[in-house]
Amino acid sequence: MSGDWRIPLVLLAVCVLAAAVAYGAPHVLSDYFVRIILLIALNSILVLSLSLSNGFTGVFSLGHVGFIGAGAYVSGILSIPVQQKMALLPHLPSFLHWFSLPFLPATVVAGLFTAILAVIVGYPLMRLSGYFVSVATMGFLIIVNVVLINASDFTRGARTFTGVPLETTLPWVFAWLGVTLFVLARLVYSPFGRSMKAVRDDTIAASAVGIGVLRARLIAFVIGAFFSGVGGSLYAHYLGSFSPNTFYFAMMINLIAMLVLGGMESLTGALVGVVCVSILSELLRSVERGFTFAGITVPALFGASQIVLGFVFILIMIFRPKGIMGDRELTFGLAARSARARKRREEQNA
Amino acid sequence: MSGFEYIVQQIVNAVSLGSLYALVAVGLSIVFGVLRLTNFAHGDVMMVGAFTTVLLNALGLPFVPAMAAGVVGAALAGFLIERIAYRPVRDAPDVTRLLTSLAVTYILENLGILLFTSSPRNFPLPAILNESWQLSGGAITFTNINLLTIALTFVSLLLLGWFITRTTTGLGMRAAAEDMPAAQLVGLDVNRLIIVAFLVASAYAGIAGVLWAAQAGVVQPQMGFTPLLKAFVAAIIGGFGSIAGALLGGYVLGALEIFIVAFLPSSVSSYRDAIVFSILIAFLLVRPGGLLKPNREIKL
Repeated sequence: MSGDWRIPLVLLAVCVLAAAVAYGAPHVLSDYFVRIILLIALNSILVLSLSLSNGFTGVFSLGHVGFIGAGAYVSGILSIPVQQKMALLPHLPSFLHWFSLPFLPATVVAGLFTAILAVIVGYPLMRLSGYFVSVATMGFLIIVNVVLINASDFTRGARTFTGVPLETTLPWVFAWLGVTLFVLARLVYSPFGRSMKAVRDDTIAASAVGIGVLRARLIAFVIGAFFSGVGGSLYAHYLGSFSPNTFYFAMMINLIAMLVLGGMESLTGALVGVVCVSILSELLRSVERGFTFAGITVPALFGASQIVLGFVFILIMIFRPKGIMGDRELTFGLAARSARARKRREEQNA
Repeated sequence: MSGFEYIVQQIVNAVSLGSLYALVAVGLSIVFGVLRLTNFAHGDVMMVGAFTTVLLNALGLPFVPAMAAGVVGAALAGFLIERIAYRPVRDAPDVTRLLTSLAVTYILENLGILLFTSSPRNFPLPAILNESWQLSGGAITFTNINLLTIALTFVSLLLLGWFITRTTTGLGMRAAAEDMPAAQLVGLDVNRLIIVAFLVASAYAGIAGVLWAAQAGVVQPQMGFTPLLKAFVAAIIGGFGSIAGALLGGYVLGALEIFIVAFLPSSVSSYRDAIVFSILIAFLLVRPGGLLKPNREIKL
C-alpha cells in the first residue's frame, strides 16, 4: 500500500466535521454562538490572506484592509438586486444597472478585482522593505478610504452602503476557508514557498542565489489580495450594510493583532490567533458591559477590553515576538506521516 | 476680494497649518532618528497633552499654566511609553517595534475613550486668542491663535536648534542618530539619550496637541490620528530622521494641502488626502531620503 491511509481519512473526517458544524450549528446553537463561529471563520480567511505577504514573505503590509474594503464594495455593487440598485445607486454607469450577480460570481469577481488592483499597487511598492513598505501600504489604505468616500456614484460616499443581500452563511464561509487554507498550504509548502521565506529571512542572500525578490513578493501580495477581496465580499454579504470606515484602521489593527498573536509564520498559527483573540475579546466584552459580583457592582467600562487586548499584544511582542505558534504548524503528526510515506514510496521505486 | 489678497490669505493659512505639521513631524523625526522607530503613539501623546490642559483648566488652573502642564504631561507620557513598551523591544526587528507602537496607540486611544468617552469636548480657549485681525478691509483674516501657533513653533524650534547644536546632550543625541554603535563605543550613555529624545519629542507633541485642539476648538480621544498620519508624510517628504527635513516637510505639506483646496476645483480637492498620500508613496519609491537627503541608500 502506497502512502499512509490515515491522511485522507483524517482530512475526510475534518471535512465531515466542518460540514456537520456548518449545517448543524444553526439548529443547535443560539444565534450568538453561530455568529461567533461565523466571524471566527470569516476573520480566519482575512488573517490568512494577510499572512502570505506579512508573515511568509516579510513584506509587512498595513494596507490589506484596503483590499478587503474594495472587495466588499465591488461585490456589493454587483449583487444588489436590480430593482433596488436604481434607487440606492442612481448614478452608476448604466451597464451596472442591467444585472445583478449571484453571491458566488460576485465574490470571485471581487477577488479578481482586488488581485488586479494588487498587481498595479504592488508592482512599484514591492520594491520597498521594512517600515518603508508598511508606511507606503498604509498610504494605500488611506487612499482607498478617500476614494470610497468620494466616489459616491459607486459607493454612496460616507453614507451607509446598504441593500447587499445577507447570504454569508456558515457553509459558504467554511467552504471559502477550506479553499483559502488549501491554496495557501500548497503555496507556502512548495519550492516557491521556500523562496518566499528565503526572501523574508535574507533578501540579499535570496537574490544572490537567483530568487526573483520582486516576483516572489508580488505573487504573495497578489494572492493575498485575492483572498482579501473574497473575504471582503463575504463580509459585505454578512453585514448587509457598511460604510468606508468599516474597512479602516480599527479593522486593520484587529486583524494584525490576530495574525501576530497566533504566529505569522504559520498557517495554523493564524487560525489559533483568530480563535484566541475572538474568544478573548468576546469574554472581555461581556465583562466590559458591567456586572455584579458578590454584591459589588462593576460599572460598564467601554474601551476596557481593547486596553487589555493592547497589553496582551505588547506582552506577546516582548516575550514571544513570533507569536503563540512561531513557525510551527498544528498538523497532528500528519505532515510527518506524509513525509515518511513519500520516502517509503521513493525507496520502493528505487 | 482681489486675487492678490486671496493668495496672501492662503499663504497665512498655509504657514499656520504647516507650523502644526512641522511641530508634530519634528517629534516623529527625533524618535525615528535615534531609534529607527516609526512611532504611531506620537499622535496619542498629543492627545494626552491636550486633555491634560483641558482637565487642569477645568479644575481652575489658568490657561497658560494649564498649557505648560499639558506639555509636561505629554513629555511624561512619552517617557512612560518608552520605559514600559519600547525599551523591552529596542533590539527587536523593525516590524516588531512598529507593531508595539501600534499597540500603544490602541491602548492610549481606548484609555481616552474609557476616561472621557469618544464624544468631542470643547477646548476652553481664552477669548483673547479667538480675536481676529482683519487686513485690507477684511479680505485677509487671521486669529490670535494662528499667530500664537506660528510664534510658538518658531520659538520652540529655535530652542530645539540651540539644544541639538549647543548642548552636550543634544550633540550626543545627534551622534546617536548618526551611528548608535559608534556613540556607544565612545562612551555616550545611550539609555539616557533615548530618554531625553523621548522627553523632547513628546514635549513637542504636547505643544502640537494643545495648538491643534485650540485650532479645532475641541478635544477627543482620537484627535491625534489625523495629525500623526500627516506628520508621517511631512517627515518622509523632508527626510525621515532629520529635524530640518521634518520642518521643511511640514511647511511643504501645509502649503500643498491649503493650495490644493484653494486653487483646484472641488471635484479634485475632495481627493486631497489621496493626493497627499500618493505623494508620500512617490517619495518612498523615488526619493526615500526625502528632499534633503537624496543619496541615502535604499535597502532592498
